[in-house]
Amino acid sequence: MINVSKLKEGIVIDHIRAGHGYKIFLQLGLDALDDVVVLMRNVESTKMGRKDLIKIETNLDLNLDVLGLIDPDVTITYVKEGKCVQKIKLSPPKTVTGILSCKNPRCITNQEHISDVRFHLVDAKTNLYACEYCDARTRL
Amino acid sequence: MLECKSLIAPSDLSLTELEKLIALARRIIQNPARYAEVCKGKILASLFYEPSTRTKFSFDAAMLRLGGSTLGFSDPSTSSTAKGETIADSARTVGQYADLIVVRHPKEGTAKLMSRYAACPVINAGDGGHHHPTQTLTDLLTIDHYKGNFSGLTVGVCGDLKFGRTIHSLTTCLARFQNVRFLFISPEELAMPVFVKEELDAKGVSYTETTSLEGCIGELDVLYMSRVQRERFISEEEYLRLKDYFVLTTEKMALAKPDMIVMHPLPRVNEIATEVDADPRAVYFDQVKFGMYIRMALIMKLLGMEEPHA
Ligand SMILES: [Zn+2]
Repeated sequence: MINVSKLKEGIVIDHIRAGHGYKIFLQLGLDALDDVVVLMRNVESTKMGRKDLIKIETNLDLNLDVLGLIDPDVTITYVKEGKCVQKIKLSPPKTVTGILSCKNPRCITNQEHISDVRFHLVDAKTNLYACEYCDARTRL
Repeated sequence: MLECKSLIAPSDLSLTELEKLIALARRIIQNPARYAEVCKGKILASLFYEPSTRTKFSFDAAMLRLGGSTLGFSDPSTSSTAKGETIADSARTVGQYADLIVVRHPKEGTAKLMSRYAACPVINAGDGGHHHPTQTLTDLLTIDHYKGNFSGLTVGVCGDLKFGRTIHSLTTCLARFQNVRFLFISPEELAMPVFVKEELDAKGVSYTETTSLEGCIGELDVLYMSRVQRERFISEEEYLRLKDYFVLTTEKMALAKPDMIVMHPLPRVNEIATEVDADPRAVYFDQVKFGMYIRMALIMKLLGMEEPHA
């Protein structure tokens, strides 16, 4: 059993749906950090059966849009001097730019390589987004 | 002046704007000469990245009849895109010398992209299988012309309802008006898609699905025909078995109301027998004319042109 010490300074991303932890790890660019980052997978959970969990031993600006896109049900806890200072419940962002790309091969954004395409949330339950140009549905 | 600067999707127009546009088109039909110079000195650029002679002629004729001028291309190989110019750059440059851009492009979302970069209004004349708002406006004006208004109408749409963009757009647009009822007539394989029916359900619009044109034609005020294409069927036998159910003939016309109108987006293949053409209720060739009039109204509105003084 790996010893994950009690966090003194940093962020805990909890209640990640099992399997999404690595996706979040990559999308948040946590592999580029010099600080300690712990990714735990398939942790037993009374509520969820299995869950993933990420501990980051530093306070950084998380891209909440990315988190909301991948898994809006996670809980984020900011820890300072060993104390939980803020808990955040997420919801999927209404619009996102720069994270998603349109998967419709007939969409002009794929011919012209437009990077700032806006996607509008169409279904919060399934985290489905629509391309502002062609209306095709996509999710991360 | 319309709220929207450009027309990309039919839903860009509010119900009030739609009504005002149709009302203006009606006035133009009554007295076209009165509008012959309202757009004098204005230039419309029509950029057709894929050929559609019918649509291009309609826009050009509309602008010329308003006294304006047109320029553009109908073959992308002669334009600067062949030299690799992006859509955004074309929009920026053309927007400098034209007052209005009309664009048709095989890729979905192109008109919207142009509208973002052009300094002038943009009209979508078809972006792949996505939107073609002036076709829908044409259909609305045609119905309005023959029926006076939309309220209380029973509209039958017949043929390939699954893949027909024109039909989805017309249906959802008509559903915005009060008290319109629909009959969807198609083989089960080509039935109206769920997303359209959900939209109707959400608005509380009444519709019925049927496989028999003969069985329901007597109820209709408007019959909108569309092509049933061979390649949509699994087998040749299926196609041959079903196609005749969805072909309009004089026998079926005999069962229809004396003032029902028959519409079709054209070109027609064989879904309307040529013998029906002589029936005064067949208005599909007149639709072309209404297409020009509604485009005249749209050009005036997007350019913010005033009603001419009598
Ligand atoms: Zn798209």
